[in-house]
Amino acid sequence: MIPELGHFSLILALAVALVQGTLPLLGASRGDARLMALGRTAALTQAFLVILAFGALTQAYVTSDFSVANVVANSHSAKPLIYKISGVWGNHEGSMLLWALILSLFGAAVAIFGANLPDTLRSRVLAIQALIGVGFLAFLLFTSNPFERLSPAPPDGNGLNPLLQDPGLAFHPPLLYLGYVGFSVTYAFAIAALLEGRVDAAWARWVRPWTLAAWCFLTLGIALGSWWAYYILGWGGFWFWDPVENASLMPWLAGTALLHSAIVVEKRDSLKSWTVLLAILAFSLSLLGTFLVRSGVLTSVHAFAQDPARGMFILAFLLAVTGGGLALYAWRAPKLMPGGLFQPISREGALILNNLLLCTLAATVLLGTLYPLFLDLLTGNKVSVGPPFFNATFVPICAPLFAALCVGPFLGWKRAELWPALMQLRVAFIVSVIAAIVASYAVDGRATLAAIAFGFGVWLIVGSLVEFAGRLRLGRAPFADSLRRLKATPRASLGMTIAHTALGFVVLGAVATSAWHLELMHTMKPGETVTFAGYQVTLQKVEEVKGANYIAERATLAVAYDGRPYTTMQPERRLFLVQRRQVAETAIHTNLLRDFYVTLGEGDANGGWVIRLYLNPLAPWIWLGAACCALGGFVSLSDRRLRIGAPSRRPVAQPAE
Amino acid sequence: MQRRLLFLLPLLTLALMAGFFAWSLLVGRDPAAIGSVLVGRPAPRLDLPALRAGDPPLTDALLKSGKPVLVNFFASWCAPCLAEHPLFTRLGEREGAVIIGIAWKNKRDEAEAWLKRLGDPFKSAGLDLDGKTGLDWGLSGVPETYAIDGNGIVRMHFRGPITERDLNESILPFLKGAE
Repeated sequence: MIPELGHFSLILALAVALVQGTLPLLGASRGDARLMALGRTAALTQAFLVILAFGALTQAYVTSDFSVANVVANSHSAKPLIYKISGVWGNHEGSMLLWALILSLFGAAVAIFGANLPDTLRSRVLAIQALIGVGFLAFLLFTSNPFERLSPAPPDGNGLNPLLQDPGLAFHPPLLYLGYVGFSVTYAFAIAALLEGRVDAAWARWVRPWTLAAWCFLTLGIALGSWWAYYILGWGGFWFWDPVENASLMPWLAGTALLHSAIVVEKRDSLKSWTVLLAILAFSLSLLGTFLVRSGVLTSVHAFAQDPARGMFILAFLLAVTGGGLALYAWRAPKLMPGGLFQPISREGALILNNLLLCTLAATVLLGTLYPLFLDLLTGNKVSVGPPFFNATFVPICAPLFAALCVGPFLGWKRAELWPALMQLRVAFIVSVIAAIVASYAVDGRATLAAIAFGFGVWLIVGSLVEFAGRLRLGRAPFADSLRRLKATPRASLGMTIAHTALGFVVLGAVATSAWHLELMHTMKPGETVTFAGYQVTLQKVEEVKGANYIAERATLAVAYDGRPYTTMQPERRLFLVQRRQVAETAIHTNLLRDFYVTLGEGDANGGWVIRLYLNPLAPWIWLGAACCALGGFVSLSDRRLRIGAPSRRPVAQPAE
Repeated sequence: MQRRLLFLLPLLTLALMAGFFAWSLLVGRDPAAIGSVLVGRPAPRLDLPALRAGDPPLTDALLKSGKPVLVNFFASWCAPCLAEHPLFTRLGEREGAVIIGIAWKNKRDEAEAWLKRLGDPFKSAGLDLDGKTGLDWGLSGVPETYAIDGNGIVRMHFRGPITERDLNESILPFLKGAE
């Protein structure tokens, strides 16, 4: 009964979305207030219906209702409750329902918080949002119905992919989707602006909170995914340039560019058509990621069953959304009036450089991800594009990006002098050069490039802090004065400083872990001791343990330092009984400066076990830094300018000259 | 006009990409398949001592008997080999396939004990203790399986354990078709 209710709500939601996607649009072009008002009601109704559907599916999972095919395929009665719940979105159908849910929630959020928007803009945004929803709801209902019944119901289910039975991955998809889907709002704003033929400072300020929110969630989602890969795949790495990872990185890069270019629109009424294009691209790349992951066009370690029929549907949908958006862009964007003029050396110029570099990065990732597909189709050659390609392309492009990042905030709008800005950064420059030299000596000079990259990380941190200190006139004015300035600093600037500084920590962590980690693979028998990086590691025993739905071999290793006991670590190899699949459970001991990382490998016939030991310096900074990046975004999101003092539109802007 | 073209550029890029995606979906490409340079070429040299005492050594003649042959590299220390073993037993006993098993980097007594314990589906069994034959065959690990037609040409190459699906969709049709 309840699954049917869910199914029925989805059908109703589709009907509501169809109404919401058409009538308010008509109302906006005719100036009919009643039709436009429909948009808000419909958005709230649609959200309510999709919540109902999602609740129904969750209920089926929690109670293990094995008459629902989706539950049978992805759940099992012996699974812990948290994975029964995360199982809802740990499969294709359920994750699409989560997409639709978040999409409709964002629509409702626009309806609730968009009271200060002009009626025409709001109804157009809601309508575009609903049209995207129509695509997803139709996709769900016609190709991926999560509520399909099975008769007779089997006694138990097949269980969730063991790799996904992990707290990190339970919350990775919702965060990622909040990011992906959040960009649908910026997309809707961009399309609405193109329809209205008007992009101005007020528009940029209205879009900003949505872009920021999406960007923060996406940052957290990517970080969580990377952390998961780090501790579950057991290879010691944190980023593998896997197509699925790349799929989430591309919208992040485009979204980051959008975040910066929208500032230029807001402050200087310039870069309009570029910003609109970025808003379309950020969401298009989110959809592209979804398409690549689910269509079977590319292969990866992800969790979804692939189905070419679904692939065709998503491709058609991708074409409609992206193609429609870009066609409208090609038609209407040339008419957008360019605004404020500026010199190449200026805040605007720096932000354009930032945009060019970020977009080059996104294009590099896109090319690297799709190249195997192109080559295979054109020549039949199978290649895989991996870390060597990205290390040779992606990493060098980051250098000018990071170098310019600290300079930009010192440049004034319209026109600026480069030299005074650089002079203010001389302390940061000297500190980072020293850091690079120290780093290169500290590790025997065996990785000079890594030492330079390390210097860049320090540059980002010190440069951002110097800029912030200058803003507070720290040391140049009485302390009380600086404190007063700190209180008066807009949250947006504070957020920027936090995010830029945090990026520096991510870079330090990534560089140190990749270039300077220590690694030892050794076959050990119980009782045997190896010395690794100054630690004495003794394999005490390997025993069999039973979990709720798996059995595991658990090794117990005693780690000593200088002969004194330091810690005990217990890596496992879990065999999930229902799927007969082996998953490594690494043991990680962190002190926030380095990770001591142990995985248990296969046993051999002589009673030995393959033990892999890693010492990853600064590794925790990667994820802590990423989390702080997102924190910076949230701080900026709390800026009062975005909440009160609702931006009002000037009457049609007249060109100044 | 040129300005217009610039604004059309994103759309054109999308069209190009979409064309490739549609192409890929329509031909039903399997991105997970790893190519093998051996497919379509004569099988590499085979010259190995027999695994079982009293058997004749393995030579190229075994691959050119006029009948299709499966060559399976295995090892007693390899867990996936254990997983695929029942499928070879089925192929050998029920389907009457000619299977050559090669124990790769495996001690003779261990490989023999493994086969004794699990059943021996191999018509001929060889021992590649130093892994040189595996090198000639382009082996990247065990298990790997080659399907070779009656003229000694490699037709299929499976890296990793064969599955029920490989058996039904590729191997059995190949064995039937080649006869």
